[in-house]
Amino acid sequence: MEHLKVTVDGTTYQKEVEPRTLLVHFLREDLGRVGTVVGCDTSNCGTCTVLVDGVSVKSCSMLAVQADGSEITTIQGVSDGNDWHPVQSAFKECHGLQCGYCTPGMVISSIDLLNENPNPTEAEIREGLEGNLCRCTGYHNIVKSVQRAAELMEGTKS
Amino acid sequence: MIPVAFDYKKASSVEDALAALAEGGEDAKLMGGGQSLVPVLRLRLNAPSVVVDCSSIPELKGIKDEGGKILIGAGTTHHAVMNDPAVKSSLKVLADATASVADPQIRHRGTLGGALAHSDPRADQPPVALALDAEFTIAGTTGQRTVAAADFFQGPFETAVGPDEILVSIAFPKLDGWGGHYEKFNRAAQAWSIIGVAAAVRMEGGKIAEARIGLTNVGGTPHRASAVEQALVGASSIAEVEAASMHASDNLSPFADEDADVDYRLHLARVLTARSVARAAGIS
Repeated sequence: MEHLKVTVDGTTYQKEVEPRTLLVHFLREDLGRVGTVVGCDTSNCGTCTVLVDGVSVKSCSMLAVQADGSEITTIQGVSDGNDWHPVQSAFKECHGLQCGYCTPGMVISSIDLLNENPNPTEAEIREGLEGNLCRCTGYHNIVKSVQRAAELMEGTKS
Repeated sequence: MIPVAFDYKKASSVEDALAALAEGGEDAKLMGGGQSLVPVLRLRLNAPSVVVDCSSIPELKGIKDEGGKILIGAGTTHHAVMNDPAVKSSLKVLADATASVADPQIRHRGTLGGALAHSDPRADQPPVALALDAEFTIAGTTGQRTVAAADFFQGPFETAVGPDEILVSIAFPKLDGWGGHYEKFNRAAQAWSIIGVAAAVRMEGGKIAEARIGLTNVGGTPHRASAVEQALVGASSIAEVEAASMHASDNLSPFADEDADVDYRLHLARVLTARSVARAAGIS
């Protein structure tokens, strides 16, 4: 077992983990933070995406021990108290989800995308979400949601 | 799947990692960003005794402009490589190829050195390293040695890095003023290249003066299209670029797989080489 100290959605945890434990399993099974889901288990679908030290990572493709000392944000940590993150609001407003399974990863990847590029073109949004698959193929409204989120976030800055 | 149990060692320096490798014996496995290794572990295609994690070794990270060349630490992430100003201006073809690797999440963790040392025959950066005559610095218990790109890639998933060694850095000669492009042909987002062509071109008076061409996924190792490089000298029109690119299939004996049979791969090698060179040269 390895000792792991990690901050997840603002709370610091100290746990003993087996080195083979994937980060996504650690989040779900050891911490009970089941907002982050497992989709494909093959590094393709991106629904397990979380922010590790501020950048998007597929949590099925990282060992929990590698996150030692890191700060992690899951879908459960993006809202500010009762106020949704603008990306969450935009996904609701633009109906950027159908079955909802890809949504945790889509929202996190969209936050990462907008952090790096606050005013993306449609092509840049589609490229930027390349690592996230929607099994309902509802990409059109997801792209609209990110465009709307960009407007909302611009609004919060001014 | 859940990987088979293994021991874990987080190395803090190259010496530390070399010692862990020596102690772990032949089943020890180095991990860079883990974006190839974790999927392999998850599929239980490999069951290492110990995983030596190199992702926290400071000396393996970073990009240095050393005048005539750019030195990239093996542990530098794809995201850092493709966004580095010196790489973008002096090694455009490397920035292009790196931006086409997998997806943003994987580029945040995956490393240039990890990808090169993994040496997947479908990978996007090995043909760039080969075409640009990159130099690989490898550390072992007896010290460091330098290997030319032409000698580095030895077969599918096989390189000059020995089981008790670590790739430390890769030096790329700067190509200031050259055009560059990476033409990747694949079926869908995230998919591996069916074929990819890295091209760097230096123009003089509207004509191609020098060209460097590397192809991926046409064999077990990246391929340097030397015949095309020679035939391109003096070319100034798209017809001349296309004629020179016919040599891209010279001395190639590609494999067939579910994406492409042999004839189609030879065809793609020629067509994609012409496209890549035309983009790099600004000839349309």
